[in-house]
Amino acid sequence: MNRIWKALALLASAALVAWILYPAGRRPELTIATVNNADMILMQQLSSEFEKQSGVKLNWVVLGENVLRQRLTIDISTGSSTFDVITIGSYEAPLWGERGWLVPLDDLGADYGYDDIFDVVRQGFSYQDRMYAAPFYAESAFTYYRTDLFGKAGLKMPVQPSYEQIRQFAQKLHDPEHNVYGICLRGEPGWGQNIAFISTLVHAFGGRWMDAGLKPQITTPAWAEAVGFYVDVLSKYGPPGATTDGYNENRALFANGNCAMWVDATSAAGYLLDPSQSRVANTTGFAKAPIAKASNGPGWAWSWGLAIPTSSKRAEIAKQFIKWATSRQYIATVGERFGWLRIPPGSRKSTYEIPAYLQAAPFAPLVREAILNAGYTKSGESVPFVEVQYVGIPEFQAIGAEVGQEISAALAGHATVQQALALGQAEAEHSLEGRFVK
Amino acid sequence: MTGEVAAKPSRQLHSKSLLAPSVGALLLWMVVPLAMTLWFSAEHYNLLSPGKTAFAGWENYRDLLTHRALWVAMGNTLFLVGLVLAITLILGTFFSLLLNQDFPGRNICRLLVIAPFFVMPTVSALIWKTMLMNPVFGLFAWITRSLGFGTIEFFSSMPMLSIVVIVGWEWTPFAVLILLPALHSLNPEQMEAARLDGAGPIALFRHIELPHLLRPMAVVAMIEMIFFLSLFAEIYVATGGGPGLASTNLAYLIFRDALLGFDVGRASAGGVVAIILANIVSFFLMRVMGRNLEDLR
Amino acid sequence: MRRIRQTRWGLAVAVWAIALGMFFPILWMFLCSFKTEIAAVAVPPKLFFRPTLENYYAVLQRADYLAFARNSVLVSLGSTLLALALAIPAAYSMAFFPTRRTRDILLWMLSTKMLPAVGVLVPIYLLWRDLGLLDTVFGLILIDSISVLPIVVWMLFSFFREVPAVILEASRMDGATQTEELLHVLLPLCTPGIAATALLSIILCWNEAFWSLNLTTVKAATLTTFTASFSSPEGLFWAKLSAASTLSIAPILIFGWMSQRQMVRGLSFGAVK
Repeated sequence: MNRIWKALALLASAALVAWILYPAGRRPELTIATVNNADMILMQQLSSEFEKQSGVKLNWVVLGENVLRQRLTIDISTGSSTFDVITIGSYEAPLWGERGWLVPLDDLGADYGYDDIFDVVRQGFSYQDRMYAAPFYAESAFTYYRTDLFGKAGLKMPVQPSYEQIRQFAQKLHDPEHNVYGICLRGEPGWGQNIAFISTLVHAFGGRWMDAGLKPQITTPAWAEAVGFYVDVLSKYGPPGATTDGYNENRALFANGNCAMWVDATSAAGYLLDPSQSRVANTTGFAKAPIAKASNGPGWAWSWGLAIPTSSKRAEIAKQFIKWATSRQYIATVGERFGWLRIPPGSRKSTYEIPAYLQAAPFAPLVREAILNAGYTKSGESVPFVEVQYVGIPEFQAIGAEVGQEISAALAGHATVQQALALGQAEAEHSLEGRFVK
Repeated sequence: MTGEVAAKPSRQLHSKSLLAPSVGALLLWMVVPLAMTLWFSAEHYNLLSPGKTAFAGWENYRDLLTHRALWVAMGNTLFLVGLVLAITLILGTFFSLLLNQDFPGRNICRLLVIAPFFVMPTVSALIWKTMLMNPVFGLFAWITRSLGFGTIEFFSSMPMLSIVVIVGWEWTPFAVLILLPALHSLNPEQMEAARLDGAGPIALFRHIELPHLLRPMAVVAMIEMIFFLSLFAEIYVATGGGPGLASTNLAYLIFRDALLGFDVGRASAGGVVAIILANIVSFFLMRVMGRNLEDLR
Repeated sequence: MRRIRQTRWGLAVAVWAIALGMFFPILWMFLCSFKTEIAAVAVPPKLFFRPTLENYYAVLQRADYLAFARNSVLVSLGSTLLALALAIPAAYSMAFFPTRRTRDILLWMLSTKMLPAVGVLVPIYLLWRDLGLLDTVFGLILIDSISVLPIVVWMLFSFFREVPAVILEASRMDGATQTEELLHVLLPLCTPGIAATALLSIILCWNEAFWSLNLTTVKAATLTTFTASFSSPEGLFWAKLSAASTLSIAPILIFGWMSQRQMVRGLSFGAVK
């Protein structure tokens, strides 16, 4: 028996020694953290080109969005120089830029085409006019609908529907016996899941998250109307168990043919039109995101960008990589190599002038319009923070999560809309009091 | 007690010399996380405002204890722990009894039954959430619809019970892993003699098998309790704590504070509350199982 | 005789049904890994389909599976060895020289284990960073051994308690020192129990996801991180996720199956050897 222990110990130490002595490369290295969205995975695939061009070795850390964000926040706020390039969204970029955690990216060169980037997108990544992340792709919101189901029912989807029209369509098209549900909407609790859509809805009904004094407005009539509409329509005409349906699940549902309509991010369009991934590739139509009272656009703007933590020791090489990955040439390469439906959309104006892209993507002009009109500060009042489908304050992740959970309870029928909103308001207030705000 | 030894004075010295460094190392090993948690629980420390740390004293605790969500979470935690413990022990015993019988393919069955324990918790939860319990394209939905029962919305209408099912599936094999060998080690002659005396299967179980199993059951209970009190991955993946707070347990609540609010102070205070709760639960568990954990008499 | 035969077969059918039921989710995931993404979410669920290896290909191409697997092996083995090294002397002391403090120590150790990892994430992260342990296999071994130590101590303690004192006394009569007594008498007696504990510890460390995700980036990441990288709120990768999960479960499942006889032998409580 002793021999077995000895053998094990020997094995372990041998393995350790072998590993320690593993030859380390002499090439400069970059550690890149990114999300596992389709576009980033393509970037990872194409990055071998960059490696060849520049002689830099790239190390990839790929994780789901939520886990990545948590990981990065801990890393960057404690000043640990683990990553050289990070993938962040338009929520974090201004916040982190403000705290001096990101390297400003205004010096990527004249050929980078700063003016080519959509204003809204650039604004999303800036703090006090300095850009802290380079946009990789951007999205706004759409209404997706099934042209065949609409045709059969003799209905026509207007280019700019209203929520009331959406409700009527959903009612007419709801056919659970044949596994077709009138409308699919995000129901899974989360500040980036159901709250993303609900925020948009609230804005459309003229509501807002906070007033100028950062007091939560969740018990205002606009919220009650919006969330009431949401719970009513989704529980009557939505798929069963909607409280576990996030973006992924809804995309699967729509692609599988189970939804007559879906209001969500524009970035799903390429996937839905791809016959190898979607059964409704030929019967998917696009319309603008619905409106109700406020007509400042969908109120949904999200961009993913690449940034450099100030604690990184390889900022100059990192800038090279970022320049490569967010350039016009990169977009063109993806289009030519993998097909135009797979290019990272929404970041640059020039993308929407490429003929091959416009041909492959009939929804492109609508996306462009949605992004141009995404609308940041809402409801006409000026506020000290940014508000779209999220609020640009550090506490929003927690607040969004809490309110999202309460609203999902209302959707599941465990609480009334009023109760859910009251609880949400209490949680939001609790989160803001005694916390360090900015 | 089998392990005790009458210690002569000279041995006493030796034993202490072996005791001190090893147990000391143990204590040191374990005290570090605990000490850090206690330290941070008395600080105002938010990662997103790193320059603004301040001493908080009791404030984090006061904040936490007056928060409705904490009490809901504690209740959910106790519910989860209690129910899954009961299920795994009952089912584990039942499966062990079955697998202890002789029938063709017994070894393969054993392999199949214990397999779930080797699967990563996040993967388990994903399998159950997307492939089995999903109300649209899940397997269960298809079965219930084909049988005319409509669709059960597992995670919406009974979130906590759904989590219990998932965790029960993962950990019943563990109970089998511990209880089955215990059954094996039963003296077969004793069983044979009792059978010849005319004892039926139920009497056999009650008077011979069950008492023999009480000791390993206590071990299972203790170990499972440790894991269930801090259960996190399954809830994170399957329900996100919802709907409402229905499936939020203490660990998930701490997660919300720690990794969504980035409030290290409050999360640490939550951790301390979790330990206190755990100690209370284990105290009661000891009371119930005390006899069988002779080790700690 | 016929009655017994019938009951025997009835029993076999019942147990087989249960066993297959328990194994079914894993089997289903394994099947899904060979489907295309569309087929994986088809309604009604497809039992028969055209299998494809594209998911495995995509998964293996995207990430360096062997590196992750190597780290998982190193961390599981390393943590287990470290935990055993610390636990064996301590359990020995507590089992054979119990003091009034013994019970308190054991309970206290268990209670530290009950601290949810989330609560202590930032402090540990900071400490590991300052010690230069981030993204190192050794750093992960350290934290995993802390996680698994209470269980290892507890189980070893229980096994040691089963050894009758007379055996140890006999060896002492023969003039053995304490170390010799520990190494040459106790350990060989308790080998099945120690092996079983070690196997349990290996499994627990293999499936440990939280610390691996948070304390590693590139060099020391284990298979749990590998699996996590295919799970996302923004990507439909169920078929690929199934493939990645199968790849990360397979080693430990096979290992567990091969060694379960050892475990079964070793985990016998209440048997006097």
